[in-house]
Amino acid sequence: MFRRIRALAEPVRIDFEGQAIEADAGDSVAAALLSAGVVRFGEPVPGGTARGPHCLIGNCFDCLLDIDGEPGLQSCRVKVRPGMRIRRQAVEFALSVPDED
Amino acid sequence: MRESEIAVIGGGLLGAAFGWGLVMQGRPVTVFDEGDTAIRSARGNFGLVWVQGKGRGMPAYARWTLESSRLWTEFAAHLLEETGVDVRFERPGGYMICLDEAEMSANLETLDALRGEARDGHYEFEVLGPDTLKARLPPVGEVAGATWCPHDGHCNPLRLLRALHQGFVDRGGLYRPLCRIRHIEPLGRGGFRLSLADGKVACEADKVVICAGHGAKPLGAQVDLDVPVHPDQGQVLVTERAPHVLTAPTNCVRQTDEGAFMLGPSSRDVGLDLGTDPGTLKDIARRCVRAFPLLARLRVQRTWAALRVMTPDGFPVYQQSERYPGAFSFACHSGVTLAASHAMTAAQWVLEGRIPDTWRPFHPERFHVQTHQGAG
Repeated sequence: MFRRIRALAEPVRIDFEGQAIEADAGDSVAAALLSAGVVRFGEPVPGGTARGPHCLIGNCFDCLLDIDGEPGLQSCRVKVRPGMRIRRQAVEFALSVPDED
Repeated sequence: MRESEIAVIGGGLLGAAFGWGLVMQGRPVTVFDEGDTAIRSARGNFGLVWVQGKGRGMPAYARWTLESSRLWTEFAAHLLEETGVDVRFERPGGYMICLDEAEMSANLETLDALRGEARDGHYEFEVLGPDTLKARLPPVGEVAGATWCPHDGHCNPLRLLRALHQGFVDRGGLYRPLCRIRHIEPLGRGGFRLSLADGKVACEADKVVICAGHGAKPLGAQVDLDVPVHPDQGQVLVTERAPHVLTAPTNCVRQTDEGAFMLGPSSRDVGLDLGTDPGTLKDIARRCVRAFPLLARLRVQRTWAALRVMTPDGFPVYQQSERYPGAFSFACHSGVTLAASHAMTAAQWVLEGRIPDTWRPFHPERFHVQTHQGAG
């Protein structure tokens, strides 16, 4: 879908779901993943559709990922760092009402 | 410039519903709209199709709202068939959550009054104590209870706006964006000439339908229509998406078809100000978390303010000009709830050239002291 039109100037290696991806220093995480052919970022909510970057300017919240253990980050607003570990985030949500202590 | 039988001014939920309803009758219709900077309540609303508690003091509005809720199933199906856009309408009934006993008794007083005002004494709602409520709506927190009305539902309001616009254009309607009508000139031979701020003529039409929301007042005045509307600001918080746990909409929280929770409502009189403020947002969040404690675990992704098109008594203002009978104006704050009735029923009034007497209560004459009987 997407391809880079320039060679990597300063390659940075990141990890997405266990897969090594070459990015360029200065890439946003979202851009790096799109360049590597990843389009499905978010797990669909039951009955919904899978999510992926739409605006790339921090508005749409459809590029959320778990980056180095922190969930819910807007990947279009985070720059790649060497060794970064990125995962699709699990939709963690308890159905029961928490007890009020 | 194109001769158009009917010109609709405004491309929000009212204008789009009228435009679609009229074009479905095979008439040449043009919808004139502003651009992205328009004050557009249609892009900021909460998405409820809501009957419960509406119309106290004006039984016609309670009936009109109920009628629209009933038409909604057919309306949504028709939009899907025409446009392929599913507006995600659901009507599982809605819960009016009452945090404490004072809220509960105020709510019951309103609903009892509505039942008393109903023509046949029939007004459907169910009173639920905290335990029953918890069994029916498990995510609810420690609240006094709720009332439930089977006619309440919700939809995706952005899909609704899109479906109406697409359906309108697909059926040959002419949509003119970036076209803010400033002047409506009644023509001697009947009909109207519409023009822009620079005087450039936009079109001539036999009939004109003003659905211009906050911009309606100066337009109506040119065809002898009084449109008493003012902005009433409401703010909304939206959380990140989550699995579906809330099976029905409530007065303050609903979970959208896409999983996000919307939190509201609020009401402020701040003119045409679209800014949110931390105090209001905090109040909304606090109430909603009390109603549904699990919301505290979710991140808020966005907030916004929108401006309801409010009338002095909160009820719709619909009218036809007596002096220029081809001119109509429609204004209300329930653009989603009433979309079905606007498209399927009220558009027909425009074609027939008359608003039925049944709906005369929506005329703004109710605000004029001279139309009322003196106290003696």
